[in-house]
Amino acid sequence: KSIDPTNSTAMAGEKGLVLLDFWVSPFGQRCRIALAEKGLPYEYVEENLMAGKSDRLLRSNPIHKKIPVLLHDGRPVNESLIILNYLDDAFPDTPSLLPSDPYQRAQARFWADYVDKKVYDCGTRLWKLKGEPHAQARADMVEILKNLDGALGDKAFFGGHAFGFVDAAFAPFTSWFHSYEKYGEFSVAEVAPKIAAWAKRCGERESVAKSLYSPDKIYEFIGVLKKMHGVE
Amino acid sequence: PWKAMHDPATQIWTSFIAHEQKRDQHQSSKQHGGPTMAEKGVKVFGMWASPMAIRVEWALRLKGVGYEYVDEDLASKSDALLRHNPVTKKVPVLVHDGKPIAESTIIVEYIDEAWKDGYPIMPADPYDRAQARFWARFADDKCNAAIFPVFTATGEAQREVVREAQRCLKTLEKALEGKKFFGGDAVGYLDVVVGWYAYWLPIIEEVSGADVVTDEELPLMKAWFGRFLAVDVVKETLPPRDKLLALNKARREQLSA
Repeated sequence: KSIDPTNSTAMAGEKGLVLLDFWVSPFGQRCRIALAEKGLPYEYVEENLMAGKSDRLLRSNPIHKKIPVLLHDGRPVNESLIILNYLDDAFPDTPSLLPSDPYQRAQARFWADYVDKKVYDCGTRLWKLKGEPHAQARADMVEILKNLDGALGDKAFFGGHAFGFVDAAFAPFTSWFHSYEKYGEFSVAEVAPKIAAWAKRCGERESVAKSLYSPDKIYEFIGVLKKMHGVE
Repeated sequence: PWKAMHDPATQIWTSFIAHEQKRDQHQSSKQHGGPTMAEKGVKVFGMWASPMAIRVEWALRLKGVGYEYVDEDLASKSDALLRHNPVTKKVPVLVHDGKPIAESTIIVEYIDEAWKDGYPIMPADPYDRAQARFWARFADDKCNAAIFPVFTATGEAQREVVREAQRCLKTLEKALEGKKFFGGDAVGYLDVVVGWYAYWLPIIEEVSGADVVTDEELPLMKAWFGRFLAVDVVKETLPPRDKLLALNKARREQLSA
């Protein structure tokens, strides 16, 4: 039996699925989308990160102290892509996010990992930085979107006909496109037309529509972040 | 409030090795069983001193899968590598019957799934799998970033970065409690991912004059180092110690200059 370093015995009495999350987090939204796609009921717990972190969050994720955290019968699973993998493994009778073929699974993991490593940080550089670093961030974001455009190709979704792992991983960022466009002064429809079309398709899915906030709301939120970081 | 995960440490390791490659041309192709015809078979694009590439070899050997190893000159990457991994252009890349897969931890999971009747690398239980993946990311994102400064720092600054590296490894060590290996009684996914510490860390310690993994500070990890290095597939794959030591010594001098 593996040792659980997060000492979750205190929470072991709770049955079912609980998601510790923060309303605007794209990483949390991935989990909400995945749970909805799988038809899995869960309790949503909003962590007001602006006001500090709850005891439950700190106990569930003592190492990173971050959301999202999925609690399953009291045991915590951390990190959004790990949560998505876990949901596939633990609930095999629900629609699978990952394809069944090992090579396709590896491709899906690669692109989800690519989104994870690149998109959010590059976006942050776009709204935070000025001058040459800003220009670099803009160039990087365009390259990232072009790469994802190529990976999507002529498929309806990254998963093929079906909405899958990479779609769930990347869909939350579609509401950030508007902000990236404004800060980066480029058009997603121009640099990555397939991605732009895909974003529309995602938005038509209930799981996505219910989990995302409007692009204007995101733009407003970035304004709040800028103030917090003392950026003009 | 949150951040996406980076892979700065992997970039650090492979890029500092690349500088050495400029002077030390080392292109070779070692056959390890199994002929390759046209696009059939298994090829590993790696680099002899890369800890990320060795993970792939360990996983293949645990499964008893033969492969051809292509040693890349990172300062002058082959057309084949760039064709197989145009997005990140990094090693390792696994090419299986002509189909490429990049990112070492993703490759290891692929190997486990593609040869699913062989040695089990990932744990069977979903929660254990999630834990193993969590620790693998923690090691790659946090521990690697904490270890690298040990390599370059000196004096008082080094003492501080050593403590930081130890703090990180102590956290990771918790996943070893009560077990012979991270995988339990036998080597598993997490052992394959962090196993490189067992061979590379003592070399880093020797080159930089620091003591990181000691019996006092990290007894479980130290003991696991010995057990891991005694595993057959590990023993038979390690790069020559004197060569690795020399490379790291030279690189340290270069970085400190």
